[in-house]
Amino acid sequence: MRKKRKGISYSKWGYFFILPFFVCYFIFSLIPLVDTIRYSFYEYYRSGVKIIGPNFVGLKNYVSLFQSDLFKYTANTLILWIIGFVPQIVIALLLAVWFTDIRMKIHGKQAFKVIMYLPNLIMASAFAMLFFTLFSSSGPINSILMSTGIIKEKIDFMNSVFGTRALIGLMNFLMWFGNTAIMLMAAIMGISPDIFEASEIDGCTKIKRFFHITLPLIRPILAYTLITAIIGGLQMFDVPQILTNGQGTPDRTSFTLIMFLNSHLRSKNYGMAGSLSVYLFVISGILCYFVYRMSNDNDPDGSKAEAKRLAKEEKKRRRKA
Amino acid sequence: MKKKIISALLVASMCAGTFAGCGSKEATETPAANEATDDAAATDDAAATDDAAATDDAAAGDVAAAPSAADDEGKVINIYSWNEEFRTRVEAVYPEVVETSEDGTVTTLKDGCEIHWIINPNQDGVYQQKLDEALLNQADAAADDKIDLFLSETDYVNKYTDADADVAIPLKDLGIDPDVDLADQYSFTKTTASDANGVQRGSTWQCCPGLLVYRRDIAKDVWGTDDPEVIGAKVESWDAMKASAEELKAKGYFALASYADTFRLYGNSISESWVKPGETTINVDPQIMAWVNNSKEWLDAGYFDKNVKGQWNDDWNKSMGSASKVFAFLLPAWGIDFVLNPNWDGEVGSWAVTNPPQSYNWGGSYVHGCTGTDNPGHVRDIILAVTADKDNLLKISKDYSDFTNTRDGMIMASTDDTFASEFLGGQNPFTYFAPVAEGIKIAPLSAYDQGCVELIQNAFSDYFQGLVDMDTAKKNFETAIKERYPEITEVKWPE
Repeated sequence: MRKKRKGISYSKWGYFFILPFFVCYFIFSLIPLVDTIRYSFYEYYRSGVKIIGPNFVGLKNYVSLFQSDLFKYTANTLILWIIGFVPQIVIALLLAVWFTDIRMKIHGKQAFKVIMYLPNLIMASAFAMLFFTLFSSSGPINSILMSTGIIKEKIDFMNSVFGTRALIGLMNFLMWFGNTAIMLMAAIMGISPDIFEASEIDGCTKIKRFFHITLPLIRPILAYTLITAIIGGLQMFDVPQILTNGQGTPDRTSFTLIMFLNSHLRSKNYGMAGSLSVYLFVISGILCYFVYRMSNDNDPDGSKAEAKRLAKEEKKRRRKA
Repeated sequence: MKKKIISALLVASMCAGTFAGCGSKEATETPAANEATDDAAATDDAAATDDAAATDDAAAGDVAAAPSAADDEGKVINIYSWNEEFRTRVEAVYPEVVETSEDGTVTTLKDGCEIHWIINPNQDGVYQQKLDEALLNQADAAADDKIDLFLSETDYVNKYTDADADVAIPLKDLGIDPDVDLADQYSFTKTTASDANGVQRGSTWQCCPGLLVYRRDIAKDVWGTDDPEVIGAKVESWDAMKASAEELKAKGYFALASYADTFRLYGNSISESWVKPGETTINVDPQIMAWVNNSKEWLDAGYFDKNVKGQWNDDWNKSMGSASKVFAFLLPAWGIDFVLNPNWDGEVGSWAVTNPPQSYNWGGSYVHGCTGTDNPGHVRDIILAVTADKDNLLKISKDYSDFTNTRDGMIMASTDDTFASEFLGGQNPFTYFAPVAEGIKIAPLSAYDQGCVELIQNAFSDYFQGLVDMDTAKKNFETAIKERYPEITEVKWPE
């Protein structure tokens, strides 16, 4: 007599197929990650060609990390990120809305998308080199401004805090707005056209439509953009590094956290670099948590806060009644 | 059932494939890419022995007569360097060289040995990183992968001659007696290449006294003459030079390009090393502060071109062009040849050299035999041929206008008109180089020199341009130096 089969389960094959990823992740990501955290408690660096350590020193690395100019560099990084990110998201949203608006009838959309995305294809360091040359005091920008009579004296862009930071922000904006715009376009195109049509019939203006339909409905993608941008921003390195020759000049005001990390790696200081990495890990974790909380609301009017408020009012009313 | 077998096979093959991928990746990552190099070395070996056999057959006598190639030595000589300079010198003067492959990575010697050139650029410390990695693996490396010779620059020679680190073989252990074989070298180059106990662990073919290189046309415009004697008198000291700078300024010229140009003159005359042996405190020498104060004064007075910030950048290169208003540069022999010459776009012969306001040495490449080498005979022969043979050195001087490390030779060259340079309008630069070389007192070195020299210039750059005050600049230097060298605990400034 044949035994009755209980039904076929294919789920184990699924595990087999994803196994390679987990193995690779374990070897190439998880072990180094754990090692980084472990080394952050050790004194471990090179002095000349001699290796010092690893000696366990407890929290000493963290103490000296917080005694250093860490917070100044954190502030620098955030300022540089905001200077680039605010125009980036505004322009990207604007472009995304225009390009997806069926009534605007823009020709050559594909071409524009490609052109917008192009700056992102250039290596950041090459881009920084280009800007360095363009804006140097004997560079073409100064020559053009001088010969057209707009300025009388050469402007030394990279010699002022504002100039350097603005240039870094501008570069980050130019490199990333196309990428963001295309992502947001995809998000907007995912919204059912019925909703837009219905709103139009009801006499909704474009601005109202943007704030009350488009924006709430692309919120998940917007959150994704924000999170990746924050992580990317915290890891800002190549543009300021190349533009300021690794010094974060003037007066270390454009010295970012990863440049700080990089300067520890010059002496292979795994201990300090490890503790700085842990700090960065925690900071990005916290920031992502907030962004996620902020944007993960999908209650009736679009926010959890509103839902809570309503719930409270409801309770009050009941108590009164 | 069949399906099950097939799918199991598929999964197995896929996993196998993935793991194979992982495996090889891991292998290349952990034992320092030995697999690949091993392969290469193996093929090279085969080629080398073939060659050797061939030469043996053809001219057995030659090989036997070759003075160096001991039979028990390895067949591959690995040389670490940051550019082609040393290779061209070896090719020019090492008699054993047969030919170099077209890509410049392998040089074949008469006895069938091969020199493998491992070139990494000096920029951003890449060369030192690669060299340090290789040195740490030296003990475990296969005989033919071991470093045999490596080069270092004055800025970081101390790191490698360190007695505790023991990566550079004392010359005596190689069979070179510095007192006899290198007697004709300038003594400061010998001091530089010695460890704290005075044991010499490296040798150099060049000596880098610096001069003042000036534009003849500007000199004529301002003083009506371009005679090196007359101009030399106008720049013989800092005070004299300041007065001349004022005259130059009146005509719309800059005396020098940037504050970084004068750094080596001050930095070379510090009386104590940046960090004393065994200490973790940086002592900033009064000479450095003199540089800071004078640079600020000169920049504010308009003797420097304020658009040129430091050296080795585009603005600095442009200031060497014919459109520039910069009168002079302070450069050693290699600077004239490798830096000024390529950047000059005017007529040949527009420059001349004269004495600098202060004797100084800038740069210099040192050759070290590497501890653990399997080719000590070749290492000795190459070092002797390139750095100790007067005729060879004079040949280098003539062919590459390098100021070489032979006192007798250089004194001879200073009166020999065949050493005249076309670029300098027929002037013989050795006439001016030789006395400066005599006057050089090399500053005491420490393993931290490179970082100190680089970072103090960066930190005070902001101060010169009026962006920060003195105290902030000092603080920025302290921050930067402690980041670069974790063991540094304190920075002491002169009163």
